[in-house]
Amino acid sequence: MTEVTGTHHPGLIGSQPTPDESVVRAKVVRPQEGFSPGWLIAPATLWLIVFLVVPLVSIIVFSFWKSTPHGMIPELSFKSYFEYFFTEGFFEPGSDRFLLPSIFIRTLGSTIYFTLVVMLLCLIVGYPIAYFLAMQVQAFKWQLALFLLCMVPFWTSYLIRAVAWLPMLGRRGLINQALVGMGIVDKPVSFLFYSEFGYTMALVQIYVVLCIGPIFFSLAKIDKAIIEAAIDMGATPFQIFREIIGPLSLPGVAIGMIFIFVMIMGEFATAVVVYGGKTSTTGTVILNYYGIANYPFAAVNALMLMVAMVIGIIVILRIVDIRKEL
Amino acid sequence: MARWTPERWRKLRVKTGFSIYYVLFLLFIYGPMIAMFILSFQGRRGGTSFPMRGWSLYWWNKLLEPSTVGDLQGAMGRSIVLALIVMVITALFSTMLAMAFRHKFRFSNALFYTILAGLMVPGVLLSLGLATLMRQLGLSPSWYTSALAVHVVWALPFGFLVMMAVFNRFDASLEEAARDMGADEWTVFKEVTLPLITPGIVAAGLFGFTLSYDEFARTTLLSGEFNTLPLDINASMTQRIRPTLFALGTISTLFSLFMIGLFLAIYTILYRRSH
Repeated sequence: MTEVTGTHHPGLIGSQPTPDESVVRAKVVRPQEGFSPGWLIAPATLWLIVFLVVPLVSIIVFSFWKSTPHGMIPELSFKSYFEYFFTEGFFEPGSDRFLLPSIFIRTLGSTIYFTLVVMLLCLIVGYPIAYFLAMQVQAFKWQLALFLLCMVPFWTSYLIRAVAWLPMLGRRGLINQALVGMGIVDKPVSFLFYSEFGYTMALVQIYVVLCIGPIFFSLAKIDKAIIEAAIDMGATPFQIFREIIGPLSLPGVAIGMIFIFVMIMGEFATAVVVYGGKTSTTGTVILNYYGIANYPFAAVNALMLMVAMVIGIIVILRIVDIRKEL
Repeated sequence: MARWTPERWRKLRVKTGFSIYYVLFLLFIYGPMIAMFILSFQGRRGGTSFPMRGWSLYWWNKLLEPSTVGDLQGAMGRSIVLALIVMVITALFSTMLAMAFRHKFRFSNALFYTILAGLMVPGVLLSLGLATLMRQLGLSPSWYTSALAVHVVWALPFGFLVMMAVFNRFDASLEEAARDMGADEWTVFKEVTLPLITPGIVAAGLFGFTLSYDEFARTTLLSGEFNTLPLDINASMTQRIRPTLFALGTISTLFSLFMIGLFLAIYTILYRRSH
């Protein structure tokens, strides 16, 4: 009994004991040793400033420029913002679309909605897989092999994975043939392809692997002794999940959800391939306006997408503080 | 032999259930690709869906004809060259960055989040920002300049996180021992540090190669006159879809799988050697 209290455990799942000071010190290189950080970071920092920071800042700048038929000119103009917010209906007394948000805001809204649906589905589909790998598979070798098998699609082209849905979802596709074959429907159903259903399914299939990794890692970190202890104290499987496994895997869930969130918010390729361009996401809107050379308006759409994403990430981080985990 | 208690039966049932679910999941993520592989061997008169009307290499042969899907061989060549350059730069940069992050230095937090921003910012935004900027400056984009630039921005966070994990587990006392014996910084790096972190560098390179080879969104507005392979595939989607596209998807996926296998093999060999 004294041993247990002696190792400084404030709670069952509470803070872990801090590592020995000599261990912490071994990881930090003394300042005078090794190459100087300044030279090590210089090339990459320069690259990131020129090709990441400057383009993003220029989107903000360009969104205030004036659009002309021959491109854009550096003249302060709020026209693009006005168009973005007030096109179609907004503040038109007498119109039945009074106070209806503009088409662009609604596109952003539907993009967010789709993203949330896909995130939820990815979590439902992916969590049990991560749980299976971390909790049910015992041998490390098998764990690694089965995990890699799940991750391989991440290293192949998502465009081709979207294309691969063509033979599955079409009117004469595999799913329809299976449905007709099993006698569930009389004739092929058409809601599968070029539809929300097919689009959602393809997105889940393409992006679900992104959340399995982080969830798997946070589940694998859980000390099995805690679960053993809970079982010994008579906890039901549901209680164990609600009290131990669920909370401890939250950081992994949050990181996975952020991955999927940022990927799908800017998604446009799958929309074009699987949805046949019938729908518009904010991504396709941006590209369309770039195509007709209205750069300031494309920039406004891009900026609004960025704002929505930053808000989304902040919300996820509010729910789960992942910085403690990194 | 332990007795078959109800508890063991329950555990076995749970495990079987999860295993079945895992297999179904694999079917879900690999099924469409496998269907695509099979359909690429569709007979001459067959279409883009089942049933198969005979088996043939007709659509594969069509890939070799120059007129069918744009400049296919050229696009593939460009994609591979680009991926190799991105691989080298990503491996180099992420190693250098992770080594710098072993020290405390000013603005390290800002740099950390800037690196991760490369992963967070959607490709379409980066593509739009750089393309508009280059247009205003009168520069024309091309796959080996602007596309290369954003591919590195995209792959760098992955390589960086891998190298950070490598150095997290790194035993610095080995380096100190070498220094105590009078080795200079370059010798320490070459003889002690590098052999130990090479598996990590290979893993960072894998991310650089595959992420660049498959990238579509970031290349859309930035590849200039000549297409990379994903752009070519997308372009052929706008025409009538034929099994040639499936053959193209198959060959591209097989190439990706081959590269993953190659990297894993190199990684395993190096890992065994360094331990």
